[in-house]
Amino acid sequence: MIATAGLAALWFAAALAVLQLFSGFLALRQPENPLTPVVRPLAIAQAGLVTIAFTCLIIVFAQTDLSVALVAENSHSAKPMLYKVAGAWGNHEGSMLLWVTIMALAGGFVALLEKRLPEPTLLATLGAQAFVSLGFYAFLLLASNPFARLDPVPVEGNGLNPLLQDPGLAFHPPTLYVGYVGLSVAFSFAVGALLTREVSPNFARAMRPWVLGAWIFLTLGITAGSYWAYYELGWGGWWFWDPVENASLMPWLAATALLHSVSVLASRNALRAWTVMLGVVAFAMSMIGTFLVRSGVLTSVHAFAVDPTRGTFILALLAINIGAAFIIFALRAGTVSEGQRFTIVSRESGLVFNNVMLSAVLGIVLLGTLYPLVAEAMGAQVSVGPPYFNPATAVFVVPMLIVMGIGPLLRWRRDKLGRIKHLLVLPALGLVGVAVWLGLRGVHLMPLLGIALGTMLLMVALVPLKGRRLRTVTLPLLGMVVAHFGIGVALLGIACDSAFSTEKLVAARVGETVSVGPWMVRLGRIEPITGPNWTALEATLSASYGGAATSELKPQARSFWTPVQQTNESAILTRWNGQLYTVLGEEAEDGRWQLRLWWKPFVTLIWLGGALVALGGALALLGRVLSDLRRFIAIDKIAYRRQQQGKL
Amino acid sequence: MASAPSASRWALWLPLAFFAGFTALVLFAMLRPADRAVKSAMIGRPLPQFSLLAATPAQPGLARADLATGKPHLLNIFASWCVPCAVEAPQLHALKDRGIEVVGVAIRDKPEDLARFFARNGNPFSRVGRDDVSAIQFALGSSGVPESFVIDGRGVIRYQHIGDIRADQVEMIAQKMAEAAQ
Amino acid sequence: MKRAVILAALLAAAPLLADSNMPAAAYANVQLEDPAQEAKAETLMESLRCLQCQGQSIADSDAQIAGDLRNQVRLRIKAGEEPEAIRAWLIDKYGDYVSYAPRVTGLTWPLFAAPLALIALAALLLRRRFTRSAA
Repeated sequence: MIATAGLAALWFAAALAVLQLFSGFLALRQPENPLTPVVRPLAIAQAGLVTIAFTCLIIVFAQTDLSVALVAENSHSAKPMLYKVAGAWGNHEGSMLLWVTIMALAGGFVALLEKRLPEPTLLATLGAQAFVSLGFYAFLLLASNPFARLDPVPVEGNGLNPLLQDPGLAFHPPTLYVGYVGLSVAFSFAVGALLTREVSPNFARAMRPWVLGAWIFLTLGITAGSYWAYYELGWGGWWFWDPVENASLMPWLAATALLHSVSVLASRNALRAWTVMLGVVAFAMSMIGTFLVRSGVLTSVHAFAVDPTRGTFILALLAINIGAAFIIFALRAGTVSEGQRFTIVSRESGLVFNNVMLSAVLGIVLLGTLYPLVAEAMGAQVSVGPPYFNPATAVFVVPMLIVMGIGPLLRWRRDKLGRIKHLLVLPALGLVGVAVWLGLRGVHLMPLLGIALGTMLLMVALVPLKGRRLRTVTLPLLGMVVAHFGIGVALLGIACDSAFSTEKLVAARVGETVSVGPWMVRLGRIEPITGPNWTALEATLSASYGGAATSELKPQARSFWTPVQQTNESAILTRWNGQLYTVLGEEAEDGRWQLRLWWKPFVTLIWLGGALVALGGALALLGRVLSDLRRFIAIDKIAYRRQQQGKL
Repeated sequence: MASAPSASRWALWLPLAFFAGFTALVLFAMLRPADRAVKSAMIGRPLPQFSLLAATPAQPGLARADLATGKPHLLNIFASWCVPCAVEAPQLHALKDRGIEVVGVAIRDKPEDLARFFARNGNPFSRVGRDDVSAIQFALGSSGVPESFVIDGRGVIRYQHIGDIRADQVEMIAQKMAEAAQ
Repeated sequence: MKRAVILAALLAAAPLLADSNMPAAAYANVQLEDPAQEAKAETLMESLRCLQCQGQSIADSDAQIAGDLRNQVRLRIKAGEEPEAIRAWLIDKYGDYVSYAPRVTGLTWPLFAAPLALIALAALLLRRRFTRSAA
């Protein structure tokens, strides 16, 4: 019953999307046609219907309605409620439905709230949004119906992969989807603006909250994903330049560039065509990332979500959406002037530099990720890994970080470096001082550069607040300061990890004490324990930092039986100044146990920095949304008063 | 309000061009999925110098000199703990029955495990070398077990077979051996 | 994307082959006595691709063949061989696939030309964005 209702709601939503597409674009040719006023209500109704469909899916999962094929395949009546509900989007069909739901909700919000844009541009935007959604509706309804029924009804479900029963995993995909869908809204705005040739500061202001929101979620997604890899993989690494990791980094790089160019367009009416292009590129990167992960065209450690048929489908959608957008761009952008000019020393110039460097890094990551395919096409095999990516991206990242320190201090349009010279003295001293100090201690060039730059960034990021009273610090300004500071923090963490980490691989007897960095680690005992679907050997380690009181760590070597596999569960001890990372390996023949121990000073700063960057984004978003709301309320009040006056 | 002219017309087509290039590349990759097995770069080159002790007391070990004897050999890299290796055993016997000399290298294996393996699956090898650190694999450019190499009479590697030899591949391997004999 | 699924993936992607019960080779999981040599070996191992598990470096892999290759690398470093000579030896056996550090060849030059090309392209397109005078 509920499944039928969900399917009906989904069909209706798709029908409304067709109508929304048609009427949105018709309004471009004939603004006075009778369908024009219904575009906004259509978008809102579509959002409502697809939300109903998604709610129905959650209900059938919560009730474990086994007559629904998807439930029978992915759920089980004995599962905890959290995982029953999360199971609704923990599979292909459900995740596609989640995608269209978030997308339709975003469209509904745009239709309801956006009042700055000229009406034709907004309608074209909603039309574009419907176009993108329709591809996903088509796939859902024709090829992967989440509400398909089973007859006869099975007695029990297959359950969800126990490995996926992790609170983090339950909420990870929605986080990413919010990021990607936010970029799809930016994409629709860009297409709408191109179609009506209305690339204006108001367009940038309308698009900005969506870009910011998407960027916050992408930042969180990458930060969390990296910490995950760090503790799950058991080798102490946190970034491997693996294709799947690169696929998540590319949309972030594009969104970061877009975020900065949007603010140039909003404040200074410059970089018009460039911003529009980035809007298309950012969404393209989201889809390319999804495609690379799904299609399995690249070899990855993380090859799991691979499904070539679905990969083909995503490629088709990608080619249609992005291809069409780039054609419109090529035809229309020539008539969009680039807008205001500026001098070399100006805030705009700093932001342009940031955009160029970020785009170059994006280009390098994309090229390096795809190059093995180029080689395969020519009948050869090559591998592209950290020895390529690290230096090739550093070439662009290092100058970008220096400009990141100076740029926010500059005025719009034109400025003189002499004016801000005195503000830079201290950070520059910090940079040189730390570099010399580390150089004398024999630290290698790259980590040395990282720590020195990080120190400088921590200092210079705060300068924009200098001399301001608290009341005059706007939320977007504070957000920028926090985000830039976070970049410095993350950079320090990355560089400290690479400069100061110590590793110890030993075969230890029970009772033996091993030193790693300032730690003394004693192997206390090894005992078998059992979990729900695994057994494990658990080591009890007593660790003491510089002779202080001991703390216990319990790394495990787990054996799962469905399917049969071995994993090493690391145990991590966090102090303010770093983490002790321990892994239990195999037993050697003579009764000793293989231990892998790392002392990683300040490694936690990497993820703390990532969280700060996201927090900065959230502060800026809050500031923008509050001021927008105030504006909309004011506009409504004025309209109301006019109406009242008209009546009098 | 000074408006700058927009970027050159050709530049506006660049994003589309790059995107078309990307699409063509991945389409190509999807239509013709590449073989991801890591092939040896040693085909057509002489065997490097190596000398392995005997893996079981019953048979002699294996060295380079044992293979450059004027007669081709099939060098099979296997292990008693490797499931496909047991599956492959009948094919190795079939090749042996055709008069092909098959020699083996046991990877990370113990004599008692090997004895059990031979008791169950038979022993097609004239010599079995023992390699506890996979050194022969790095020497030959081999990346897994089982793998088989066709070695001609001068000790030159002529062909590499990755994975187990299936029943329908026996003929092909015999053909490769015959070519190596010429 | 799909970081979520990824890790499950990782766990699931463990080689299905049964493993030898033989203890690991001498230097597979044991560091070299000389820290300077170990650091050299470590850097090299991080840039060599595991032949079996494909997506990982041999420094980060639990596969036995990766352990055996770590053993080879450490032994050779200990014997005084230079890391780049060891890399060349492996490329000689397996081709470029085995090294995560691409060499500049007729096939890979675009990887190295790309940074320069990107900067040139940016300069070309941005040239006209700036005003010279402070108008």
